Amino acid sequence: MPAVTQSKGHYYVPQPSPYPIMLSGAIFLIAMGAVLEVNALKAGPWSLLLGGLLFVYVLFHWFGSVVGESEGGRYHTWEDRSFRMGMVWFILSEIAFFGGLFGVLFYERNISVVSLASLSRTFTPYPGFTAAWPSAGPLGKPFSTVAPWGIPALNTLILLSSGITVTWAHWGLKTGRRAAAIAGLAFTVALGLVFLGFQAHEFYEAYTKLGLTLASGVYGATFFLLTGFHGLHVTIGVIMLSVILARCIKGHFKPDQHFAFEAVSWYWHFVDVVWLLLFVFVYWL
Amino acid sequence: MNAAHAHEAHHDELPRGITRWLFTTNHKDIGRLYIGFSVIMFLVGGILAMLIRTELLRPTLLFPPEIYNQIITVHGLVMVFAAVMPATTGLANYLIPMMIGAPDMALPRLNNWGFWLLPPAAVLLVMPFFLMLFGIGNGAIDTGWTMYAPLSVQGGIGVDFAIFAIYLMGASSLLSSINIIVTIFNMRAPGMTMMKLPIFVWSWLITAFLLIAVFPPLVAGATMLFADRHFGTHFFNAAGGGDPVLWEHLFWFFGHPEVYILLLPTTGILPHILSTFSRKPIYGYKAQVYSFWAIGALSVVVWAHHMFTSGMPVAAQLYFMYATMAISIPVAVLFYCWFATIWQGSMTFETPMLFALGYIVLFGVGGLTGLVLSDAVADQQYHNSYFLVAHFHYALFGGPVMGIIAATYYYLPKITGRMYSETLGKWHFWQTLVGFNLTFIPQFFLGIAGMPRRIPDYALQFAHLNMLSSIGAYILGSAQLLLVYNLIQVMRGVGKKATTQVWEGAQGLEFTLSSPPPYHSFETQPVIQ
Repeated sequence: MPAVTQSKGHYYVPQPSPYPIMLSGAIFLIAMGAVLEVNALKAGPWSLLLGGLLFVYVLFHWFGSVVGESEGGRYHTWEDRSFRMGMVWFILSEIAFFGGLFGVLFYERNISVVSLASLSRTFTPYPGFTAAWPSAGPLGKPFSTVAPWGIPALNTLILLSSGITVTWAHWGLKTGRRAAAIAGLAFTVALGLVFLGFQAHEFYEAYTKLGLTLASGVYGATFFLLTGFHGLHVTIGVIMLSVILARCIKGHFKPDQHFAFEAVSWYWHFVDVVWLLLFVFVYWL
Repeated sequence: MNAAHAHEAHHDELPRGITRWLFTTNHKDIGRLYIGFSVIMFLVGGILAMLIRTELLRPTLLFPPEIYNQIITVHGLVMVFAAVMPATTGLANYLIPMMIGAPDMALPRLNNWGFWLLPPAAVLLVMPFFLMLFGIGNGAIDTGWTMYAPLSVQGGIGVDFAIFAIYLMGASSLLSSINIIVTIFNMRAPGMTMMKLPIFVWSWLITAFLLIAVFPPLVAGATMLFADRHFGTHFFNAAGGGDPVLWEHLFWFFGHPEVYILLLPTTGILPHILSTFSRKPIYGYKAQVYSFWAIGALSVVVWAHHMFTSGMPVAAQLYFMYATMAISIPVAVLFYCWFATIWQGSMTFETPMLFALGYIVLFGVGGLTGLVLSDAVADQQYHNSYFLVAHFHYALFGGPVMGIIAATYYYLPKITGRMYSETLGKWHFWQTLVGFNLTFIPQFFLGIAGMPRRIPDYALQFAHLNMLSSIGAYILGSAQLLLVYNLIQVMRGVGKKATTQVWEGAQGLEFTLSSPPPYHSFETQPVIQ
């Protein structure tokens, strides 16, 4: 039953599912827990824990049922196109998110710090503050920045290589060389983990040796905001790649039908490009 | 393959019980959930509005000022995010698959998830009121719906709840937008080309683009606000080199397009209604579609006109002023098309048509007063006065809410299979029209005379106009109970049976299906000639 001969006649509409509303319940518990936790109320950690467990449980089963439907031959060209478009528009919304974060960086560098330093001497609450980047602001503690050509440059190399290995794995899957696909994915996961290890080390060094913290004025806040959200995306990417790796080992996917693989690799390339921009605008320039 | 089909044939039987609504993957069920939720939240927001006008009825303090601040803030957030947006999304879910001849929405489970994120978000917004009664926290968010820093950085637990409510509502909007875009691109019936799409579908496509472009930056901003509140960052604090105005940029980069996110779907439904009751085809289909594109594109580059008094270089003020005024051109094109659609038509004035015509008049006032405010110089005077409050209620009630009510009456017989009471509908319209204008015309004068918004008390010179405005609000608020009564009657099965065509002049695929339409609209797709 090759997918291409499927007529446009029948679209697979899934049966009613309990997972969406359960996921909403989990997210509600997590939101409640987070609010209670930051306000030092007792129920916070319990709500977070319960929500987190439910979240993982639901994701496992929801994705499990989708994988089952996919392997059971429910999805054909028409459904496949919906998934593809959905993933593309999801990544576009992620681009809008990081676009906002980079907008914040440019606003601080070129507008807020500059105008704060250019107030008239008569009116400024911060005489003697001069515009410079990086800046801890008029009242922030001094800090030093992470040198771009050490670990960050190495991390750039690691992520770029992981882009190559995931493409290699894709080539392997498309040409029926499953061993290549598995090896490529395994390398990609390993590179992602190494990247995350380096980032964790870098954060640790920043806090303990460089004096660069979340409280280090706009630079510190923006540095951790951008690299932190990127790191979160890499973590999600590594989890997704691991799932795909496990599915490849189990013998899932066909040379002409492997939407999940492609979606994850698009996501991985997106995370890669964000890192390049981060390296240039946060670490280097 | 055959086995798979036989298995799927099961879900042709109507699912029963509560799980039908909790677990549904059917676009019509989800659409009805959205609309029902919206009606409930519209009443919640309406009760808060009545409380606001009761406080302002006479120049004394009825509530403690901090409670008043919470009421106005939650009124704004509930109306924008939990009443109007779910209503237009519900219409999209119900109508778009039927209008384009699709079997369902493209991603049915995500569709369900998108809806079920909203009730928790609404609970998060409203719950702090009740937590306060048990001695936890100091009540709901009280910063105004714009959540300006540094007030929102210093605010209580309500701000945290609101931030997480924004996350949930943002996720919900993104899910429904992705679903709508994919459905429109991938699920159209053979022959339904893009330039044959019903105009409502086009308006939602642009709305979904806008949501995907502008909601994520707000989520980023809300995260920064949360970090400033709890993790010691200085994004919005000058002591660390940050800037409170940065929040305003982030908020309005979302907030201004949001106005069009609320408005566009109703400018899309309006031509359908006008054309039906004028018994003429929609005038200027292409012009309207291109206007949607122009409005969508311009709406993301004009946000700082909300910030003329926040301090900005003159060049920036001029740019944002002219760019804002430029939006009036595509909007004016829409108005011309609406007038040309009803021009010399054989019009009848059923309730949907009355609300559609009311929309044109009231939204027209909202648009024209918007031009006044967009003038950077004049805005120094009008900014944050009651003139602004009146303006955006003309734009957002006169536009989206009137449009949603018109669409509700228009599609109610199609959705339920029963005609509503036309007499009550007409009463609803006229009482709404009188009540609305009586509420908000005095506010224009109050604003010009200098009464600021968001203040629970006022000078004695404003007393008479405020009392008029409050009386208008009571008329307006009680009028909505007629709609609720009408809805309940129709749902109970009172009223004439609706025909397939429903309205004499109605066109479109949704009017080729029975009323109510079958659970699965198009088992096999129709072919569009």
